[in-house]
Amino acid sequence: MARNLGFLVVALLVLASSCDSAIFSPVSESHRSAALELFSPIDGSFGSLEETYEALKTFEVLGIKKKPDIRTSACASVVDTLQSTSSALKDLFHALRVNGILKCDLSNEAFTGIESRLKDSLNAANSLLDFYYSIGGLMLVKDQTSVVHVHLGDADKIFRSIKALSQSDGRWRLSSNNPESSNDAAGIALETLAGVISLASSEIDHSLIATLKNDIAKLFDGIERYDDGTCYFDEKLVDARGHHGPLSASASVVRGVTAFAAVTSESLNLPGEKILGLAKFFLGIGVPGGAKDLYYQILALACLENIRGSVPLILSLPATVLSVTKKDQLKVRLSTVLGSSAPPLSVKLMQIFVSGSKDASIIDQKLKFDPDNSVHVLEKLPPNVNVGNYIFSFEVVFDDPEHKKNYVTGGRTKVPIHFTGIIKIDSAEIAVLDSDLGSIESQKKLELPGENAVALSANHLQKLRLSFQLITPAGQAFKPHQAFLKLRHESGVEHIFVVGNSGKKFEIVLDFLGLVEKFYYLSGRYEIQLTVGDSVMENSFLQPLGHIELDLPDAPEKAARPPPQPVDPYTRYGPKAEITHIFRAPEKRPPRELSLAFLGLVLLPFFGFLAGLVLLRANLKNWPKSTVPATFASLFHLGIAAVLLLYAFFWFKLDLFTTLKVLSILGVFLMFVGHKTLSHLASTSAKLKSA
Amino acid sequence: MGRSATTKDAQALFHSLRTAYAATPNNLKIIDLYIVFAVVTAVIQVVYMAIVGSFPFNSFLSGVLSCVGTAVLAVSLRIQVNKENKEFKDLPPERAFADFVLCNLVLHLVIMNFLG
Repeated sequence: MARNLGFLVVALLVLASSCDSAIFSPVSESHRSAALELFSPIDGSFGSLEETYEALKTFEVLGIKKKPDIRTSACASVVDTLQSTSSALKDLFHALRVNGILKCDLSNEAFTGIESRLKDSLNAANSLLDFYYSIGGLMLVKDQTSVVHVHLGDADKIFRSIKALSQSDGRWRLSSNNPESSNDAAGIALETLAGVISLASSEIDHSLIATLKNDIAKLFDGIERYDDGTCYFDEKLVDARGHHGPLSASASVVRGVTAFAAVTSESLNLPGEKILGLAKFFLGIGVPGGAKDLYYQILALACLENIRGSVPLILSLPATVLSVTKKDQLKVRLSTVLGSSAPPLSVKLMQIFVSGSKDASIIDQKLKFDPDNSVHVLEKLPPNVNVGNYIFSFEVVFDDPEHKKNYVTGGRTKVPIHFTGIIKIDSAEIAVLDSDLGSIESQKKLELPGENAVALSANHLQKLRLSFQLITPAGQAFKPHQAFLKLRHESGVEHIFVVGNSGKKFEIVLDFLGLVEKFYYLSGRYEIQLTVGDSVMENSFLQPLGHIELDLPDAPEKAARPPPQPVDPYTRYGPKAEITHIFRAPEKRPPRELSLAFLGLVLLPFFGFLAGLVLLRANLKNWPKSTVPATFASLFHLGIAAVLLLYAFFWFKLDLFTTLKVLSILGVFLMFVGHKTLSHLASTSAKLKSA
Repeated sequence: MGRSATTKDAQALFHSLRTAYAATPNNLKIIDLYIVFAVVTAVIQVVYMAIVGSFPFNSFLSGVLSCVGTAVLAVSLRIQVNKENKEFKDLPPERAFADFVLCNLVLHLVIMNFLG
């Protein structure tokens, strides 16, 4: 483990130090399919005129013939914008751009009208974007129609007013009010100035162009770099034109510089490796995920394809993983950024470095050019190249020295290449040894990688030895990233051991006497599994070798328990164990007969009471004789009986609220009749007393 | 010798109590009978509970307390109705009886609620 970690750290360090080896490939089919996917019209149009132009330009550069048909809606929008008198300057510009690609039907009057409007805006312009749109619009009008003659009489003045917005570090401000300068604005300014130069009716003052060349040189001084040789113009700015990042800023500068290079007759002396670095930056993005990013990338690459004086040539490899066993041939392709073919040249392999060490060998071998596939092929690999990671250093030589003036190749190009191969496993055997003497008790030969099913048995006094040799196709010793031996008990407990090596031979000896505690004293059947693997090994394997019956002593009291094995995660959602509910045992009730007996017993005192009343000669002599009092008296007793009946109902059926409601009525009634009866009785007894 | 004297004394005591009791007015004797009836019913219920256990306890309490409550109310009625009692001289016995009936009715409402 530690060894592997160390190896990884060293590899990273080496990679960091020699990081100018990277692969860049030119524009490919994946860019085309991404373009079709990202620029897909919604309801027959791409949205605004700006987005329509971006889509159409991308399709044009990539050479996509089968593009969605948005001509009708786009042309309608273009004609509308260009003929309306209230369109903004920006919209005019974008409409003219789209028209340049689609070539919609526009009358000459329309062009005349547009030209006069653009001239007016130019005279009234006071910010960089105003100049950009006006000049750009006038350039497009000049290209699209021969009827209107576009000339700038006061080109010098316009040149100076745009130049006034520049800064000393080569960047530009968007307007005189805005103090922030940006690379993006510099690109726009350069493009505008190139337009001014091309539209000028008379020659522009030469010194102005010279100062502009200085500005470009200063701008390129401020370029940022990555370790692998890519260069870009950095920007972290949000301004009137939206959010800018390195991609849009670099694309803008490339456009500006390309436009300027096209209009000046003399060379710009642009730094070649910076142009190549910019090309690598745009190609290094791969296929962007957003439409706008794809547009910027493709536009910049289109500009770089045709830049005067320093067209970058990209060295790419169709395959960077080669098999030594299959004798794959190394192929190198030279092309422009958009994938077009390069001028006649030859590629030489100059040096080979081994990744992870300081070894380097000088080769100086020329690659053979295959004109059918336009690739350069390394026919025979140098003899010391084996499996592993290498860095190949190539140099490009032009057949015609004149081409050096027009193309940039960047001197030596370093490319990482990964060689794989089939590793042979020799003399593999597994044996059980007696501990003290080292004598072999049982030994089995193994076929690796292949089917094996050995059956061994050992006790805790013995040792297990596994040994094998790893040999590369060239016959040298090989050390893989992984060489593990795993012993798995039938209960699921696993133990993993790293197989160590000395030179070619890999050997591991498991002394069970020392491992008894590690194995948690678990005796039984252990499955043996061997894993040998590496990134350069084509036949890495993970194989069961068989099993071994281990007889270990019993665990003492204090020994550690084996860790619980992970539960199969799918059983978590399966049915759980049945829960048996334990209900509270119901109270023991007395037998029925006993209860009934006592019911009778409880009623006895009542009858005793009645009997006692008879014995005491209780009578009803005081019952009122006359009708009304008699009625009241009976009602009184009936009322009491009714209340008692209500209570009986209450116990059987009714709830308290109903009872109370009825009771209140009965109670009032009872009060009334009771009062009447008792007052009558009282008056009767009072009369009797007084009498 | 001593025993027969004690027995004779007990018998004499008992006899005097009986004659004294015979002198009480009849209405008081009826009330006394009612009290005895209530208490005996209570005792029978306690014996039943002792035999079968106190589940459900609220019913047991309800039954016993109804007997005891009504006995208590009867005792207070007896006190109020007794003519020899100077304290309640001015209270007409009908009024006492009305109180007795009302209190009994309230007691029995509570009892019925608690019976469950």
